[in-house]
Amino acid sequence: MRDIKTRKISDLFAEYPFLASFFNDNGLDISGREELTLVEYFAGFDEDEIEDKAIDGENLIHQIGEFIRQMIAFLGKEDDIVRTVTILPGNDKSGVKEQFDKLVIRQGEVICIVGPTGSGKSRLLGDIEWVAQGDTPTGRSVLINSNVPDRKWRFSSADKLVAQLSQNMNFVMDLSVYEFVELHAESRMVENREEVIEKIIEKANSLAGETFSPETPITSLSGGQSRALMIADTAILSKSPIILIDEIENAGIDRKKALSLLLAEDKIVLMATHDPVLALMGDRRIVIRNGGIFRVIETTENERSILSTLEKMDQTLLAYRTKLRQGEIITKVAGT
Amino acid sequence: MNLVTISGPPSSGKTSVILKTIESLKKQGLKVAVAKFDCLYTDDDILYEKAGIPVKKGLSGALCPDHYFVSNVEEITNWALKNDFDILISESAGLCNRCSPYIKGIKAVCVIDNLSGINTPKKIGPMLKTADIVVITKGDIVSQAEREVFASRVNTVNPSAMIMHINGLTGQGSFELSTLLYEEELNIDSLKGMELRFPMPAALCSYCLGETRIGESYQMGNVRKMKVEE
Repeated sequence: MRDIKTRKISDLFAEYPFLASFFNDNGLDISGREELTLVEYFAGFDEDEIEDKAIDGENLIHQIGEFIRQMIAFLGKEDDIVRTVTILPGNDKSGVKEQFDKLVIRQGEVICIVGPTGSGKSRLLGDIEWVAQGDTPTGRSVLINSNVPDRKWRFSSADKLVAQLSQNMNFVMDLSVYEFVELHAESRMVENREEVIEKIIEKANSLAGETFSPETPITSLSGGQSRALMIADTAILSKSPIILIDEIENAGIDRKKALSLLLAEDKIVLMATHDPVLALMGDRRIVIRNGGIFRVIETTENERSILSTLEKMDQTLLAYRTKLRQGEIITKVAGT
Repeated sequence: MNLVTISGPPSSGKTSVILKTIESLKKQGLKVAVAKFDCLYTDDDILYEKAGIPVKKGLSGALCPDHYFVSNVEEITNWALKNDFDILISESAGLCNRCSPYIKGIKAVCVIDNLSGINTPKKIGPMLKTADIVVITKGDIVSQAEREVFASRVNTVNPSAMIMHINGLTGQGSFELSTLLYEEELNIDSLKGMELRFPMPAALCSYCLGETRIGESYQMGNVRKMKVEE
């Protein structure tokens, strides 16, 4: 990057079209002043404007340089593929070393995290998110693709290792489904935007019990529809290679399909759950006790065969829930 | 001693973030004190006291809260120096979105929340744009998409800042923030001669001086009129 200070704004915009959003979000109007250099542009504000709009030319030029540097890095690179995340043991709350050599989590795996409230599930996720290097309270270390990770996973806002989906999340914006996904796609600088948006809405509809249209306001989606949209959107648009799910309520959404959608997008899925159906859908489960990883259990064949029975029980319960909701009177329970 | 200035809009979660972060700082063996600045009312000093954190409270009352902050920050720093603290955290609310209490050479943290709306980063002035660290709170109740859009908008208005997500209720993320607050090189033994990062808004019109009547003939000093078309 040549010294941007002395370059014309029109040239800079031609070379870095994304600068438009920087000027716009910082409330800087350039119309009629495109042929000025950055220095001339910022020198052109009178004292009142500088005070009113809180303009600090020198700092802004510095910020523009930083913005261009980040965007070039962001646009120019191939997405980093995270194939494995390795956790090296630390200590539990009593200072006892965790009893495993290393824990390797692979792309396409579903790992459940179980343990009582306050046992240290959040700290484990925190360690992964902050790519701990023996510098967190647990003393754990995290490797990515078996190597000591790049510091960007910790410090860059565009490269976050973990995306989160949780039960108590809501949409707080007042937009239609289409506008909402479009906004997310814009912020991610996705190229084939329309195609991606359509795909997300279609996938979300295949997860939700009742369908919704692109024009539906997101705030009027049902609980199941909201979760379906959040999952489809996160699976397809979020760049984070790891998705953390904090329970998925079994209402109005096909949970099995939801998991397979995430896995089809090459994500690693971590799931904090005590729902037996979800927990047994995982490949392995990490048991947390007293702040440490106590055991790692591979889901057994026997457990998998039990899963289908549990799923049936789940369906039965769900059917009664639907009946109650529709105002029916329940007379007997099937199989009793 | 390090001075850290933390500011952010009212109810964005500053106090919760600071309380959780201090827990981690204490575990690292650091002695921390807080100076809480507010306008009309605050109970937060009680929260700090309950947590065993030495605190000084300042209410600006009828004065501009940020001007009040700058007028008092040196005294409060001297108090903290005298008492041998390792870190003094100042907490103040950016009430007009234009002010910022940040000082050159002193670490500046801005706290904003996901619920404030995705256009908020555009609306906040130097308090957000010149911060070294931006902490985004209340991420646990909005969708992943909104979190990502919000963070990217913050990044657009302040590309050099480090952006962190903290849950003020559970403290998730506060350990990570604590590791970024204390730096040996940033130790100070006085604020004398230091400068604000950004000048505060101009004021002093009749209303600053207590005028209550409405009407052009009562308006003197720094007065500006909107252009209202017919």
